[in-house]
Amino acid sequence: MRNRRSRLRAVRCLGSLLALSLVGFVAMAADQPSTPAHPAIPDTLQQRIIACTTCHGVHGEGTPGSGYFPRLAGKPAAYLARQMQDFQNGLRKYAPMEYTVRQLSPAYMQEIAEYFATQQVPYSRSPLPPVPATALQRGEQLISKGDPARRIPACASCHGNQLTGVEPSTPGLVGLPYDYISAQLGSWRTHTRATLAPDCMAVVANRLTDSDITAVAAALASRQLPADTHAQAAGSVTPPLPCGVLGATGDTP
Amino acid sequence: MKWLRRLSLLIVVLIVLVLGWVLFGRSGREPTPPGTSKVTATTLHDPALIAKGEYLATVGDCAGCHTAQGGARYAGGRSLATPFGDIPVPNITPDRETGLGDWSFENFWQALHAGKGRHGELLYPAFSYTSYTKVDHDDALAIFAFLQSLPPVHQPAKPTLLKFPYSVRKSLVAWRALYFTEGEFQPDPAQSPQWNRGAYLVQGLGHCNECHAARDSLGGTPPDVHLTGGQIPMQNWYAPDLSTRQNGGLQGWREQDIVDLLKTGQSARGVAFGPMAGVVANSTQHMTDDDLRAIATYLGSLPPRALPVAETQLFNADAIVRGGGKIYAQHCEQCHGKDGNGVAGVYPPLNGNSSVTEPTGINATRMILLGGFAPLTASHPRPYSMPPFAQQLSDVEVSAVASYIRRSWANQASVVRPDDVSKYRHTPID
Repeated sequence: MRNRRSRLRAVRCLGSLLALSLVGFVAMAADQPSTPAHPAIPDTLQQRIIACTTCHGVHGEGTPGSGYFPRLAGKPAAYLARQMQDFQNGLRKYAPMEYTVRQLSPAYMQEIAEYFATQQVPYSRSPLPPVPATALQRGEQLISKGDPARRIPACASCHGNQLTGVEPSTPGLVGLPYDYISAQLGSWRTHTRATLAPDCMAVVANRLTDSDITAVAAALASRQLPADTHAQAAGSVTPPLPCGVLGATGDTP
Repeated sequence: MKWLRRLSLLIVVLIVLVLGWVLFGRSGREPTPPGTSKVTATTLHDPALIAKGEYLATVGDCAGCHTAQGGARYAGGRSLATPFGDIPVPNITPDRETGLGDWSFENFWQALHAGKGRHGELLYPAFSYTSYTKVDHDDALAIFAFLQSLPPVHQPAKPTLLKFPYSVRKSLVAWRALYFTEGEFQPDPAQSPQWNRGAYLVQGLGHCNECHAARDSLGGTPPDVHLTGGQIPMQNWYAPDLSTRQNGGLQGWREQDIVDLLKTGQSARGVAFGPMAGVVANSTQHMTDDDLRAIATYLGSLPPRALPVAETQLFNADAIVRGGGKIYAQHCEQCHGKDGNGVAGVYPPLNGNSSVTEPTGINATRMILLGGFAPLTASHPRPYSMPPFAQQLSDVEVSAVASYIRRSWANQASVVRPDDVSKYRHTPID
């Protein structure tokens, strides 16, 4: 399974790289008809951040097929910049990302974040593991109502009615692959993903059971996409938990 | 035969350890408390001295080791992995309980110059006092004044996790006998002041030799080995030889190339990456042009090196290199060019690049696997980057393309084997 997934990932990545090189080649050919020994390199942000786009896609489309490299397109800019800072500070643990963003300045990270935030890429469906209908129902319940008995807030209470995220710092959840969502919820529990304290998502992830994680990841990944996938306006939700990324201070309850 | 060497060195250590115990086995000295120090608080609060110290602490890149990922600068709180175990990096902010708050300048001088802690205990040479011993008294005082001016941060040290016999601190008596010569830098009157300034910075605070020289099985650098290049233990990068003369790692580099690399992270001959990217970003880019020129002058005077012994190839290198050529055309040529000369100011040349041709092939291999951004400096606030290929290329493919770039154009280095790629693919980052 793992092998197949990594092969698939490699094929996808190779595909995007081929596409990228084709773009580069066409651009070059337009500039200088005879293939030069010294290629012309466009002075664009897109060209500068090849280290990012090789895995996340030229427009931040990610690798929806494998779920390994998350989509960045259209996520709120402040959220994306915060993730890069979290990798720099070791709050999020993933060695290739930590290495790549290690030296970047806040200004450059903001520019890169804005690039991906403004990309408009249609969502594509990701493969879903076979889950029973009861799990999907449980997932839907967690998404829209939460589980008050276990103090689990509804996903929608922070991530927006349509789960498309809320400006400036709350990411959308629709269109994310099952593998990615379940892996992230797991990361919060194993302390390989964290953010500014109070880390409200860590609280939520720790209140979920293993089967809840499967249920909510499957339900989110199988949701129909709303017509408008943009993040909701800033201030349009009142989060039920204090979140450091939203400016709250102090300890988590 | 490495084990034999290691074993015999170990026996030497144990003998000297016993001797050391007998000779110097008394308990440590009482520290000089700040109240009885010859250096007054007024001196330490002098803004000019503090500013000078800040510059020197930057030259020495003290924060590079003494700062944890995401932590407060100079507050320590991390461990340095060594082949002998983990060594905690101390907090050097003036916190009384966990930092240098109760240290006098005399204590600090003893640490920097003699490699001894506040109570006279021998310090592990992960703290590069082998180099810092050359720092002069005035500069040490300025650095101390700067460190004492920092806001105190309460951060206890991580535990020391050394293996036996390295865990016995007194075993350092032997180590020091082999590798440590205490003494300030002595200027060479036959050389220019610029050369002497460069030598002082390179050999002392810059502690360049700590990475740019090979360490033996006891983690020491023999006294006659100077900037001849070496593999950095645990981190698995190769810090190249720094001679610009014949067979030197920087053969053909002009002084301006050295200044450019240290100031901007990039030069006509190559780009800083791996640990050197951090050194440029945090330290050398902030150095004055005079100091950078002095360093370049000094490095330019390093002697020519012996011609490296050609390796016997045990397998057909040509087939590997041919396969690498196809991968190069597909993935690398668009940026680095058919001729391997890169694009000036954007993508580094691979042709004649000392990091490509260094003896081990580690740097080329890991660059292909990791990619990444060129150092971020005042001159390059939005650097270009290279894609990581770890997810796309197999060990065989990486070895092929690394071998290709090491043996194309003017490059004549050895091929890289797939099992080496496999090893470096799994080297932890930092």
